[in-house]
Amino acid sequence: MPSPTDRRYTKEHEWVRVEDDLGTVGITDYAQDQLGDIVYLDLPSPGTQVKQLDKLGEIESVKAVSDLYSPVGGEVAEVNQEIIDRPELVNESPYEEGWLVRLRLADPAEVDKLLTAEQYDELVAQARET
Amino acid sequence: MSGGPRQPDIGARLTFDLGKPGRTACSLPAPDVPAAELPPSQFLRRELNLPELSQVDLVRYFLALSRLNYSVDSGFYPLGSCTMKYNPKVHERLACLPGFADLHPLQPPETVQGALALMYDLQRWLAEITGLDAVSLAPAAGAQGELTGILMVKAYLADRGEEGRRRVLVPDSAHGTNPATAAMGGFEVVTVASDNQGNTDMQALASALDDGVAALMLTLPNTLGLFDPNVGRIAEMLHRKGALLYGDGANLNALLGRARFGDMGFDIVHLNMHKTFSTPHGGGGPGSGPVAAKGHLATYLPTPVVDKEGDRFVLAAPERSIGRVGLFYGHFGVLLRAYAYLRALGVEGLRQVSENAVINANYVLARLRQAYHLPYDRHCMHEVVFSGSRQRAKGVRTWDIAKRLIDYGFHPPTVYFPLIVDEALMIEPTETESREALDAFCDALLAIAREAEEEPQVVKEAPHTAPIGRLDEATAARRPVLRWRREGTDAP
Amino acid sequence: MTLPYITNTAADRRAMLAAIGVASAEELFADIPPECRVADLGLPPALSEPDLVRELTALAERNRPVDTMPCFLGGGAYRHFIPSVVGEVIGRSEYATAYTPYQAEISQGTLQTTFEFQSMVCELTAMDVANAGMYDSASALAEACLMAAGVTGRRRIALLSTVHPHHQAVVRTYAFGRDLAVDALPPDGLALGEEHACLAVQQPNFFGYFLPEVEALQRAVHEAGALFIVSADPISLGLFRPPGEYGADVVVGEGQSLGSPLNFGGPYLGLFACRQQYLRQMPGRIVGRTSDAQGRSGYVLTIQTREQHIRRERATSNICTSQQLVALAATVYLAAMGRQGLRQVAELCYHKAHYAAQRIARLPGYSLAFDGLFFKEFVVRCPRPPAEVNRALLEQGIVGGLDVSPHVENGLLLCVTEMNTREDIERLVDTLAQIGGSG
Repeated sequence: MPSPTDRRYTKEHEWVRVEDDLGTVGITDYAQDQLGDIVYLDLPSPGTQVKQLDKLGEIESVKAVSDLYSPVGGEVAEVNQEIIDRPELVNESPYEEGWLVRLRLADPAEVDKLLTAEQYDELVAQARET
Repeated sequence: MSGGPRQPDIGARLTFDLGKPGRTACSLPAPDVPAAELPPSQFLRRELNLPELSQVDLVRYFLALSRLNYSVDSGFYPLGSCTMKYNPKVHERLACLPGFADLHPLQPPETVQGALALMYDLQRWLAEITGLDAVSLAPAAGAQGELTGILMVKAYLADRGEEGRRRVLVPDSAHGTNPATAAMGGFEVVTVASDNQGNTDMQALASALDDGVAALMLTLPNTLGLFDPNVGRIAEMLHRKGALLYGDGANLNALLGRARFGDMGFDIVHLNMHKTFSTPHGGGGPGSGPVAAKGHLATYLPTPVVDKEGDRFVLAAPERSIGRVGLFYGHFGVLLRAYAYLRALGVEGLRQVSENAVINANYVLARLRQAYHLPYDRHCMHEVVFSGSRQRAKGVRTWDIAKRLIDYGFHPPTVYFPLIVDEALMIEPTETESREALDAFCDALLAIAREAEEEPQVVKEAPHTAPIGRLDEATAARRPVLRWRREGTDAP
Repeated sequence: MTLPYITNTAADRRAMLAAIGVASAEELFADIPPECRVADLGLPPALSEPDLVRELTALAERNRPVDTMPCFLGGGAYRHFIPSVVGEVIGRSEYATAYTPYQAEISQGTLQTTFEFQSMVCELTAMDVANAGMYDSASALAEACLMAAGVTGRRRIALLSTVHPHHQAVVRTYAFGRDLAVDALPPDGLALGEEHACLAVQQPNFFGYFLPEVEALQRAVHEAGALFIVSADPISLGLFRPPGEYGADVVVGEGQSLGSPLNFGGPYLGLFACRQQYLRQMPGRIVGRTSDAQGRSGYVLTIQTREQHIRRERATSNICTSQQLVALAATVYLAAMGRQGLRQVAELCYHKAHYAAQRIARLPGYSLAFDGLFFKEFVVRCPRPPAEVNRALLEQGIVGGLDVSPHVENGLLLCVTEMNTREDIERLVDTLAQIGGSG
């Protein structure tokens, strides 16, 4: 299934969907599949400042820990409490209910540096071949 | 263990649930002295919630649980890097002797000369086996031995004004304790790649090696079961740059009586008594991780070491010791089993151990190489690493293969380690297994390879015959329940 | 010679070498450079089993086990009653020869008993979560201090000077690794700064005494933003208020008293429990309860992402193998003693120690070094150096106490447990009287 076109992607398999100056951030379907059952998320609290591609937090599955990177720079406005209580939501609905944080964008133009859905799908196709 | 009917839900009822107020499992004497005044109630506890069981119920409960365990005494453990060899029973008998078990660590030294003599001799023999000069028996396990070694490196460098060496090199195939230890030593970890032969990539090592490097932590044979023939050159390179070579001795089983770390250029090495030296694994300890060092580093060994003054044995603190790493002197109860093992084997016995360990591993390699991908096509030493990549292409993961082995009556091998092999399956038979046991094990893995081709579902849903089915580890991590709570109360 | 621990015969080996495709085993060692090889080592010749038993028994007989004499020695390792069921259970090879329970389906014995252990440690200490055990009380304390430094981001560790000297030493060793400073503070006039990650105290302390104002102390520690770490004697917790009730953030302790012999100093058992909020920073293995697809209850190692095999250099600790079989002994001990038994043991220790202290204090030349509440250990000021007193006691077939004269002038730390009979105590008192010149 092709990735949703209403958002942009990083090489590290995060996505961001921008509405006005708010960016909603999550991980892709490929990422959640690779990680397996997600059991815990370590995310920054509201007010935290991040730069584009800074480490945003960590995602844990039963047997692995992965670093999460911020697709854009800004201030953390909101953390999705649903996924803190039910980490499996990220596996079940990575693009909708399983969003992770909302950021107030420092520079909306940064989004242009990210991959389009098409470019991201190509990246994943290549990754699957190796 | 395997096969047979599934147990009733034994996991649902703990000692707390099985007991009843007023029951007890042992009898204590009445006070034979006049009662002293108890302190005021604010110092005392109001409630103590521990189980109350009769002795018969207690024994039945713990013994029923024991029957759910796989163990060396019930079957083969092909676990790579664990050296799960047979634990000789005579050692258990000897460890119970009151003259060993009932010694207080602080009692007068003249009353424990036998114990100190044992430790002194063990120190000497481990030095002899490793080809190094001095040994401390203090560290409690391999990881603590590693920490000891890294702290010795740190102290040595500090004494020479070289605190600027903040980096420790660790191969990409290393056991997780290595980088964890380096971090506990305050060092930055730099990973060094392996080459396509499974040896240390000498180019990568050369570029990583600068004046900021304190040491390289090397396991030999490595976690791929391969002996790096460049070890002498590696030691030279490090020493020329003023760095030290630390040896993780977990895989010593392949080299016993044949090759010595000191001769290869290692400066400090830790050993695992609960691997190479046959002491029981206990379900996760106690182990013991003595550390051996070259002459110029002996002064940094942890406190205490056992010295001889005339014909008396004493506990001593090396002059520049990094200090204590444990409450007392090390795991004497474990060390005496290792001592007995060495006395039962002698040099000839040690050489038989390494010979048979290496033959057994290569036999498994030969029998399985058609069905499973062998990433490094060369003779191995005491362990062999396969990849489940061929089976993965059919949708069957190494994890599934491991679980399916349980149905065939075997404990799975080490899986997904080392990290540099995709879908890794690491098999270390040890020398105590017979050819028949290895054939049965290989036959099972060959059957599973066929199942992966023809009926993958039976592999993916395994185990089918263990005392319990595949457990939900995701929920266990998401919503942890880590202690018993009285029914109806909330979990934390 | 034929070793009973090697199963393959020469014929087996020949067949296997043929299957491998080499002419001799030597070819399999070809990667070892010649200059690294040895053919012989300076080790004594191999012994048959009867000879081995004879040799080791002779070695054991060169020691004087404390069970053969009245013993009043404590100082971190204790002679407590070990119910025979403990040895019966841990002697089962299904427990003793099992591997670490990474494959949960065939390790439920180890896992369920560990869950029991964690539960009992929590009940005993009144804390929220406990791990599966650490090497010993000293390294458990060290790891607790490192955890506090990690949690607070501060670089100094404070402990009271009355913490066991060996515990202090181990904390310093571990602190050296992380470049943390360690301050040993006097119990009176405590000055805890904003740079301190924690304050560690021992209850009862090295000299056997409880802190008189632990509530006030805990408040001061928390006001300074530091963690309050308590190292507790688990037997004392059969009687005394658990640290979880007076504000401890981490409780550690020595589990040797819970069903393990003295073993000349090891293997022992580090107890480690903490508040729920520190769960993910806690070192060591943790077992959790879950179920299989059929809804059967089972146990697994959980939250393993803290540990070295996953997080590697970012792990909470490098610990791998710990003290599982010793933890099992403690579990069986606590289940066997139960709610009544542990209290009884604690009371016996308390009454016997107080009786002994009272009698000794009345001997001319002897006095109690400290005032205050004690449990099973106390310090006596002797009329002669404690080394001499101990020598004289030993000549009379009594193991005396620990010489603590570096801390207290002519100080002797005596320990009395449920294993000391009244007769033992009277003999000690009479002998001390003689030594003091008044008997």
